[in-house]
Amino acid sequence: MADLKINSLHKYYGSMHAVKGVDLEIPKGEFTVLVGQSGCGKSTLLRTIAGLEEIDEGSIEIDGEVVNDVAPKDRDIAMVFQNYALYPYMTVFDNIAFGLRARKTPKVEIEEKVAEASRMLSIDHLLERYPRQLSGGQLQRVAIGRAIVRQARIYLFDEPLSNLDAQLRDEMRGEIKRLHRELGKTMIYVTHDQIEAMTMADRIVLLRDGKIEQQGSPLDLYERPATKYVAGFLGSPSMNFIDGMVTENKVTINNSNHSLDIPEQIKNKLTSHANKAIIVGIRPEHFSRADIANHQQYSKLSVNIELVQPTGSRSYVTFRLGQNPAVAELRPQDLLGHNTTIELSVDMSRVIYIDPITEMTI
Amino acid sequence: MKTSHRKKIKLALRYIAVVALTILFLFPIYWLFMISFKTANEIYAYPPVWWPETLQLSNYRVLFEDGDAATVGNSLIVAGVSTIFAMILGTICAYSLARFKTGGEHLANWIISQRMIPPIAIVFPVFLLYVWFGMVDTYFGLILLYTAFNLPYVIWMMRGYIMDIPISLEQAALVDGYTRWQVVWKVVFPMCRAGLFATAIFTFVFAWNDFIFALVLTRTDVATYTVQVTHYFGGQSNFWGKISAMSVLGTLPIFFIVAFMQKYLVRGISLGAVKG
Repeated sequence: MADLKINSLHKYYGSMHAVKGVDLEIPKGEFTVLVGQSGCGKSTLLRTIAGLEEIDEGSIEIDGEVVNDVAPKDRDIAMVFQNYALYPYMTVFDNIAFGLRARKTPKVEIEEKVAEASRMLSIDHLLERYPRQLSGGQLQRVAIGRAIVRQARIYLFDEPLSNLDAQLRDEMRGEIKRLHRELGKTMIYVTHDQIEAMTMADRIVLLRDGKIEQQGSPLDLYERPATKYVAGFLGSPSMNFIDGMVTENKVTINNSNHSLDIPEQIKNKLTSHANKAIIVGIRPEHFSRADIANHQQYSKLSVNIELVQPTGSRSYVTFRLGQNPAVAELRPQDLLGHNTTIELSVDMSRVIYIDPITEMTI
Repeated sequence: MKTSHRKKIKLALRYIAVVALTILFLFPIYWLFMISFKTANEIYAYPPVWWPETLQLSNYRVLFEDGDAATVGNSLIVAGVSTIFAMILGTICAYSLARFKTGGEHLANWIISQRMIPPIAIVFPVFLLYVWFGMVDTYFGLILLYTAFNLPYVIWMMRGYIMDIPISLEQAALVDGYTRWQVVWKVVFPMCRAGLFATAIFTFVFAWNDFIFALVLTRTDVATYTVQVTHYFGGQSNFWGKISAMSVLGTLPIFFIVAFMQKYLVRGISLGAVKG
């Protein structure tokens, strides 16, 4: 039995249709990330699960029980809020114990559970402090502590790391993932950050404009995006989209004399698109220097480099393919000297093909 | 050398200004207290007597012996009870307006507009109504009126304080297993405590200082001290000793309330109530 089941859920804010028919099943113990740009309905969806927003159509089931009309307090859910939502007039201990006290937990048990949760999050030395005496990272740990101290059925995280600086975010990502492994609880995590989604999720649910665009494991979505939107959303720097035409064995790139060879195994798929426009999606890391990647699945291009952005371990190179700007991710040693023209090869087995009209992958 | 000299002069001027202003504001209060301790001769003496020869309490004794001092008690009862009612009712209404958008955008504006009616415009219709219901000269009548009159103010102020509370604090409590009433008690009240006290003090002072309603709606049973004071202005002579003694009795409760609640008053007025 699925732990959480959402059936054709709709939510309106006045005339604004925020969630447009979402169907979702989340099995017990899974770490699911709802990801999408701001305004895509991901937070709204999370808040309907918590019961903080009423739904207009559809149903939400937890462990087989429809909870549409169940008050938040009776849904047995724990939630971590973006702005921590800690009570400034309570100590860290009281903040963490707040949910346990609502459930009339005996005092001894409260002390044990708070001690255990704070130990897991390494905040056991802060229990007597007040929130104003803590740093951003510590506040976030307390907020998480307040959620995990309870034995809830589902744990919800609403962009919990977006107020932290980059370094702390990296640290907390790992921390939350570790907690999930230790507790084995069903967790639903909302973020707009595709890196958080990729690194933390068992399954990503990518939302766009109130609907699910695609769901699956992070690598599944990364390697086999269903649409141009998904392909462009995941990955950093994002995928390059190159406009071209399908001719016999090649894709010729518009407004240039470049062309890419279509590998044998793909040819069948593209027969219906012969002599039609197509978008070729190439991830930056699937470019490499021509002289080192010389194999029949690679297609060669000679490009003019416009910009080089070294990050240390990798260098990002910007150039143009036809009218489309493109970025390649190369090793720093691939860019010896001030050469402005460079031979690149593209791993054609990893390239995706997109129908420009439907924006679906072929 | 020169700059430090200039700094000293500046500081000195500042102190002089502070002392002068303090004297300006404290003098009427000082004068009020002094008159209440003077004999009739001293009150009318010229040049004025700055410090009475003996601090005699006969003015106060008369007030207590005649039972006039009980009007201060009446004031305490009606102002106190109506403040409690107005705060409880008003805060609940304010929560409803702030969080459930009860009555849409404009109900709150309409409510505060009720506060802008001049009391004199409604006091006689209210009097007729009270005569009808037999509520003239009763505690209940005055408490009801002050509660009603102060409600708009309480609702307006508390609505502002409540809207300043991050809503996620309440939602976190709801998800944690608390009912809406518990959330109001455990989250909303502590979060706007300073605002609650500041609003309550103002509400109390409004009722405490009211003259016009009390004058029209009371006779003898529940006359407040503000009404009682006017009885000492006579056609033949004014009883300045009793007037001042009664005024002192009327000033003291407010003085103590503000002194004890100064911390909340300042924080509440500056709307810093909810910064953690």
